[in-house]
Amino acid sequence: MFDSLSDRIQRVFKELRGEGHLTEFHVDQALKEIRTALLEADVHLDVVKEFTGTVREKAVGQEVLTALSPAQQVLKVVQAELTSLLGGAAQPLNLKRRPTVVLLVGLQGSGKTTTAAKLALHLKRNLNKQVLLVPADTFRPAATEQLRTLAKENALMCFDPKTETKALNRVRAAVKDAKLFGYDVAIVDTAGRMHVDDELMDEVAEIKSLADPDEILFVADSMTGQDAVNSAKAFSNRLPLTGVILTKTDGDARGGAALSLARVVGKPVKFIGVGEKVKDLEVFHPDRAASRILGLGDVLTLIEKVSQETDRKQALQMAEKLRKNEFTLLDLRDQMRQMRKLGSFSSLLGHLPKVGPLKELSNIDIPEDATKRLEAMIDSMTPAEREDPRIIDGSRKKRIALGSGTTVPEINQLLRQFGTMKKMMKGAPRMRF
Amino acid sequence: MSTDTPQKKGLLAKLKRGLFMTHTELISRVGGAIKTKLGPDPRALEALEEALIAADVGPATALELVSAVKAAVKDEAGRKGQEDIDLVKNVLKAEIERRLTASTSPPAVPAGVPKVLLMVGVNGTGKTTTTAKLAARASQSGQTVLLAAADTFRAAAIDQLQVWGDRLGITVIKHRPGADPAAVVHDACTAARNRKADCVFVDTAGRLQTKTNLMEELAKIRRIAGREIPGAPHEVLLVLDAVIGLNGLSQAREFTKSAGVTGLVLTKMDGTAKGGVILAIVRELQIPVKYIGVGETVEDLLDFDARAFAEAVVDG
Ligand SMILES: Nc1nc2c(ncn2[C@@H]2O[C@H](COP(=O)(O)OP(=O)(O)O)[C@@H](O)[C@H]2O)c(=O)[nH]1
Ligand SMILES: [Mg+2]
Repeated sequence: MFDSLSDRIQRVFKELRGEGHLTEFHVDQALKEIRTALLEADVHLDVVKEFTGTVREKAVGQEVLTALSPAQQVLKVVQAELTSLLGGAAQPLNLKRRPTVVLLVGLQGSGKTTTAAKLALHLKRNLNKQVLLVPADTFRPAATEQLRTLAKENALMCFDPKTETKALNRVRAAVKDAKLFGYDVAIVDTAGRMHVDDELMDEVAEIKSLADPDEILFVADSMTGQDAVNSAKAFSNRLPLTGVILTKTDGDARGGAALSLARVVGKPVKFIGVGEKVKDLEVFHPDRAASRILGLGDVLTLIEKVSQETDRKQALQMAEKLRKNEFTLLDLRDQMRQMRKLGSFSSLLGHLPKVGPLKELSNIDIPEDATKRLEAMIDSMTPAEREDPRIIDGSRKKRIALGSGTTVPEINQLLRQFGTMKKMMKGAPRMRF
Repeated sequence: MSTDTPQKKGLLAKLKRGLFMTHTELISRVGGAIKTKLGPDPRALEALEEALIAADVGPATALELVSAVKAAVKDEAGRKGQEDIDLVKNVLKAEIERRLTASTSPPAVPAGVPKVLLMVGVNGTGKTTTTAKLAARASQSGQTVLLAAADTFRAAAIDQLQVWGDRLGITVIKHRPGADPAAVVHDACTAARNRKADCVFVDTAGRLQTKTNLMEELAKIRRIAGREIPGAPHEVLLVLDAVIGLNGLSQAREFTKSAGVTGLVLTKMDGTAKGGVILAIVRELQIPVKYIGVGETVEDLLDFDARAFAEAVVDG
């Protein structure tokens, strides 16, 4: 949908060759492009203004380094500045007190209930905490049932409110239980509310006074536009927010709201939701978010995700192979085996930049049972065929189809997709570590 | 947004609170300063552009609207003696109305078959609530209505729709959690035929438009509905949350491709978000906005009218 920012800035600097410093004129031209890119990424207008002002100050007059093109150099300043605005290093939760009370608040439909379960699973799995989920949304039909179902499916504990219909009473009883039974953390899921609804804002303020939470996290949809600033301001005026959780980041939104929120709330984004499954929660990385807002993509998360469940070295190798275009069908098969453990191919590829040639790639989706068929096809090929699929002619296709219990059209499709994939991976940015 | 009943007036007031800009804001920011001797005042135009960007219309649309204003201010003959502020407002209203007027409308429902409406959208936009609102309306106007719980994925989504069904006295056709949503739709269509129902509202699971397999599922639901009832689904409503930024355009494109969207619903207009991205969406896809959601009860739904919306947006 959008022209990549690096392309556009590149254009600005086409003329620049031979100059020793970044001139005011050229920086201003580049900043115009950056302003548009940030606005298209949904960063709030005031934040954009402030930001471009800072970048201008830092970039004008810089000596042009030989190693970087002027465009790259401006982008580097932009990226560094963006990263620092997004809160520097990732921030852990404050879990010192026992029980720690975590309050999740936000607008309707931002994803609080799912996030409550995700956070509970994260704390249980990674930090070995005993967590109690507290359903305090007494307003939306079946919200309590939703949290209880998620708890049951993931072997998490959920407070049973019995017939209690007042959120405040539920929270009081649940916190008491959490103390009594020695839970480490209680996560309170509150009803979604509009920041202009005084009555409901009073209610959440009361819940806060009663529960005395250690963390109050504002849960916001990463696809939010300019209004992120208004709602976040109103919530942080009523409640001492300690952080933000951004949800639904597995789509193709550039997520500029992250920047607006971090700026307005003055507190870092702590986690991001990356899918509908309860395990789909990740720690927020400002540098990656910065690249994404700018449309520069994020190969790093891809690598890390793969290396979580595979050997890190092997992941690096595969990434380098992809980049250098030495990726073979055999590598594809091995990767597919790994990916079946990791979730869908498309969710993995979702970490790649969604601009330029890689946009197409993320649309290639391979459903789970199809990966098994693909594996069978690749297994039925000779080593030479796997090395260089161009030699696979009609009769070879028939043999492979027979051997793998598939059809020639399916084999054609595999070869076509593999071809596209290789073409697109060529020229992907180098992996950073 | 017809304004007949007192109740509707109340709803409209809810909506009007600070749309794109309030009257006073427009006057103070753009006001008399719009034209100086040297031509349109760039500061005033910039203020206008910013007000539009803040409403999520996006930098490109904002620039187009500002250019239209600029051209009108320069055109001495065309202004017919209008004050600057009136001129600006009229140009904006006309431009917004034009952009929000779509050239397509859903095909007519064949005679004698139940009308099937499919609700689609990303997660948490208000699909289930809007389904209930629309079903309540149809039922109150005397139609026989069925609800189909085709969100079999999200935890307790079926329960949520069932609660609405109980409250409204409307039958909910449902399967177990995790069942094939197309099978639910199949059963709902059969039930509608057998019971001679007037309409079926199908609530589907939220899905991000980038998930190809989930989008394919919507195509399958369409096929099944069409096999059971001629021309079904007769309407496919894409539910958009007013807080959405420019990603709304990507949502509208992809859902239109896979699910054949025939109309848009903009929910949560009772907050401060303006949903300005619909300008770009309607303009590109030529699909009309049908309804606006302004709260969480079944009454909180307004019919959309491009002219009234444009006026509310500009006059505040
Ligand atoms: N304030 C307000 N809330 C709404 C509106 N429409 C839906 N909601 C709320 O948004 C949340 C998500 O709605 P739901 O219908 O479950 O969304 P779905 O996931 O798309 O089915 C619920 O808390 C609803 O009550 C609206 O027009 N205004
Ligand atoms: Mg729903």
